[in-house]
Amino acid sequence: MFALEFPSIDNLVKWPEYLFEGTFAGFNKISLILVLAMLIPTVLFLLAKRDLVPRGIQNIVESIVEFVENQIIMAAIGPEGMKYLPLLLSIFLFVFFGNIFEVIPTFQMPANARMANPLILAVVVWVTFIGAGIKAQGFGGFMKSSLVPPGTPAALLPLMMLIEFISTFLLRPFGLAVRLFANMLAGHILLVTFGVLCITLWTLSPLVVVLPFSFGMLVALTGFEMMVAFLQAFIFALLAAVYINLSIHAH
Amino acid sequence: MSALASTASQVIELAQEFTPAEAKANAGASSAGFAYGLAAIGPGIGIGYLVGQAVQAMARQPEAAGQVQTTMFLGIAFTEALALIGFVVFILLKFA
Repeated sequence: MFALEFPSIDNLVKWPEYLFEGTFAGFNKISLILVLAMLIPTVLFLLAKRDLVPRGIQNIVESIVEFVENQIIMAAIGPEGMKYLPLLLSIFLFVFFGNIFEVIPTFQMPANARMANPLILAVVVWVTFIGAGIKAQGFGGFMKSSLVPPGTPAALLPLMMLIEFISTFLLRPFGLAVRLFANMLAGHILLVTFGVLCITLWTLSPLVVVLPFSFGMLVALTGFEMMVAFLQAFIFALLAAVYINLSIHAH
Repeated sequence: MSALASTASQVIELAQEFTPAEAKANAGASSAGFAYGLAAIGPGIGIGYLVGQAVQAMARQPEAAGQVQTTMFLGIAFTEALALIGFVVFILLKFA
């Protein structure tokens, strides 16, 4: 009716390769964003001086580290979780910079809207919480505390162990990956929808009167997506911390 | 009964105009909306209840606001997962 041509999903998330085209190491926009998401925090942390009185860039870096310390580690694990600070800080910053390219002009693609990236991050978290649990309680103790809820009647034991196994070792990484992936893909599609709507309204002369509303919505959603990018990075790191906490403390 | 039979025959006639691939795409497109809509009901109620209770807790005990907020985000993350799986199903039905 409005000649609204929505691009196909391949058009939204697949990008041509700049280098090594067609090979395993094909380098496209997603790879570029991932490299930037790795380099920006590293450069920030190298630029920050280690003075007693912070100035300039050191303020930013210190507030990021303090945010991860107070809001993620102290909230989810406690003081003994401080040794996981490097891992959780890297995860938080990598996910955040991967997400924030969703609203940066000329990129406008969240790297985490491709399933491979959240999946690998979830596997890293999965290996970490299993490793931390085995280190803290031993293999048998970790299996017992994660598979057998306290106070289970003996008759229900096989069923409970099956359910707990699925929820702990399969659904946790799956949920972690799907949460990040679906949030980012949904945000990307939402922005594309309003972008397409703005372009279509611009070309149709009588309907151009509603263009400001559509454009205002696009601007508002861009702000909203910046919040989502931060919130999803926060939640990803927080859940990683919660899973580590659940496996190092026997209940 | 005859009305039902004629409706059924109409549906079959309508369906015969499509190739199997087209019929699959149509069924996928129409069920994708239902999949996401149904998946959004439960988490919508859940997140509303959760945030409401969290706001109540913060209003009653403002000094615990930080801890309540962190726990609230955790709860939102777990509740929201169901809606997001519904969204993934929507994408799979619509585009895959």
